[in-house]
Amino acid sequence: MWTFFHKLGSPPWLYGISGSILRWLLPLTLLALATGLVWGLLFTAPDFRQGNSYRIIYIHVPAAVVALAGYYVMALAGAINLIWKMKMADVAMRSAAPIGAALTFIALVTGAIWGKPTWGTWWVWDARITSMLILLFLYLGVIALYEAFDNKEAAGKACAVLSLVGMVNIPIIYKSVDWWYSLHQPASIKFTGESSIDPSMLYPLLLMIGAFYALFTCCLLMNMRAELLSREARTNWVRKLALSGGRD
Amino acid sequence: MSNATPLLAVESLSLERGGRELFQGLSFEVHAGHLFQVEGVNGAGKTSLMRILAGLSRYGYSGEVLRNAPLLYLGHQSGVKGLLSPRENLALHVSGQGSYTDAQIEPALAKVGLYGYEDVPSHALSAGQHRRVNLARLYLSDSPLWLLDEPFTAIDKAGVAQLEALLVTHVEAGGAVVMTSHQALQVRYEVRFLSLLEGVLL
Amino acid sequence: MSAPGPLAFCLRLLRRQLILAVRRPIEIGNPLLFFAMVVALFPLGLGPAPDQLASFAPGILWIIALLSNLLTSDAVFRSDFDDGSLEQLLLSPQPLYLSVLAYIAAHWLITGLLLALVSPLFALMLNLPAGAIGSLMASLLLGTAVLSLLGCIGAALTVGLKRGGMLISLLILPLYMPVLIFGSAAVKAAVIGAPAGPYLALLGAMLCLAIALAPLAIAAGLRISIDA
Repeated sequence: MWTFFHKLGSPPWLYGISGSILRWLLPLTLLALATGLVWGLLFTAPDFRQGNSYRIIYIHVPAAVVALAGYYVMALAGAINLIWKMKMADVAMRSAAPIGAALTFIALVTGAIWGKPTWGTWWVWDARITSMLILLFLYLGVIALYEAFDNKEAAGKACAVLSLVGMVNIPIIYKSVDWWYSLHQPASIKFTGESSIDPSMLYPLLLMIGAFYALFTCCLLMNMRAELLSREARTNWVRKLALSGGRD
Repeated sequence: MSNATPLLAVESLSLERGGRELFQGLSFEVHAGHLFQVEGVNGAGKTSLMRILAGLSRYGYSGEVLRNAPLLYLGHQSGVKGLLSPRENLALHVSGQGSYTDAQIEPALAKVGLYGYEDVPSHALSAGQHRRVNLARLYLSDSPLWLLDEPFTAIDKAGVAQLEALLVTHVEAGGAVVMTSHQALQVRYEVRFLSLLEGVLL
Repeated sequence: MSAPGPLAFCLRLLRRQLILAVRRPIEIGNPLLFFAMVVALFPLGLGPAPDQLASFAPGILWIIALLSNLLTSDAVFRSDFDDGSLEQLLLSPQPLYLSVLAYIAAHWLITGLLLALVSPLFALMLNLPAGAIGSLMASLLLGTAVLSLLGCIGAALTVGLKRGGMLISLLILPLYMPVLIFGSAAVKAAVIGAPAGPYLALLGAMLCLAIALAPLAIAAGLRISIDA
């Protein structure tokens, strides 16, 4: 257990292992994404109320789910960095933030595009969209704080504290926004009954959620590898790697 | 070296800043009765070392620092509030190391040459007087270990001599001092020199 | 010369912060002045129709209270950081958790408490029904305490940065949102004659959680900032 922890703390080892994971995970992810998209967009029946426009959930829902999970990944990496002073956790946290923010942004944009045919307007202060917007703010706050520090070690720790604070707050924010929406919900906007989703629509959705998790992992690993190289640019193993033309 | 527990022990301390090694493998022990002066040119890392010793810097270095005694650290900034009088600055000090009565504060302020200034708002005092308010804490302190970063800055000659006498009194009474200064101490006491590059010089 | 007990020290810090604030009264007056001026902006922007103002009043009052709290929280640790007092606080043998609470308590007393006390005046200017003033004050009393706790997290994380002002808003505003939701809901409930108690209870629950956890984050943030 401890040797594993120790190895995790070693940049060359992490760089190597992430490379070999990516070698099979990346093709698999792309395959799953392609399958899920084709299945969801072409081979499922149109919704009886929304027609074809509902198909955007195959992007919207997975992006939203993984964006939220990404925040927890970031916060946990931050906690590991604070508690065990593990530098690689700092690299992971730093790398997770922009990916999570991008996924949140995708969820927001697809939500807006979905809103146009469904509700007749690009933006509705719906509970989920509002929560997603706040999540985006939380992500951007972490990124802004990181960039504001000159001392990157301090930046990592400050962001770790901030993302932990955010992690405690996310359930509170989600619950309060949910409640706020149910209080103010105008009668003209009806919630689409997603709880009664048909299995033929559900399976490609589950596949897409899985694929997005894998995509997040791939992006995280690739981001971490780039971050590792730039942080360790002056060390021997990076020099060797560069001389050998990138083959590890 | 005595066998008693050192007040402060440093083991293979190394620090790198901006890709430059400031010191490496620094090891020393500070025992009761030691008066250390840290040597080094500007930018050598003296202040960084003092902050590590005090416990303000907690990462970015490798090595061990063991603190076995309450310490008093005086840094570059005086920590004196302009809106408070010298008396209030000491009585309400944020370090929380003691509760001082007027009977304790007044002699301490008198000793640093601030007799008559006890209740003047500190923003009316000069920079040197601000430093002196801070130095009055040394007279009040019962911490055995003093870490003083450039304590002589902005202090006049008479003040320096007085402070040197105080340091000697402190180490003779079983305390210890680690300080940085660019001027040589004029004291009749064994001063140990600590070079950031070469470690303890004897 | 024994060291003071933690509670005595906490009270000493509180006293120190309050003396510092009282000696610069403009710092106490500024948030109130800000409150008054922004209140005046809304009728100019929304139109003077009393009914319309009254219906927006709970939200308006709460947002202004939130903003004036936010703008003042940046300064909580700033001067102590600049003059070196913060270093001494962190080296103190006293529990930092309680010391931090003293700073927050002082901040709340000179912003949140005063805002809550003068809020009825502004509520009347915005035509908030008199029946809702009680719950406005109660919700502000509870809510601004939560805001102070959260705001100090941002203050602690950004105190070492040259330009913390804008950044602190980006970090802290998302965390303020639940407080805003329940604070203004309490006032709105009172306006329509519904019980405001449940919302106040929720604000109280948030306050308990924030008192328990926020000082930990603030203490960690201060240690990081002093080290950067």
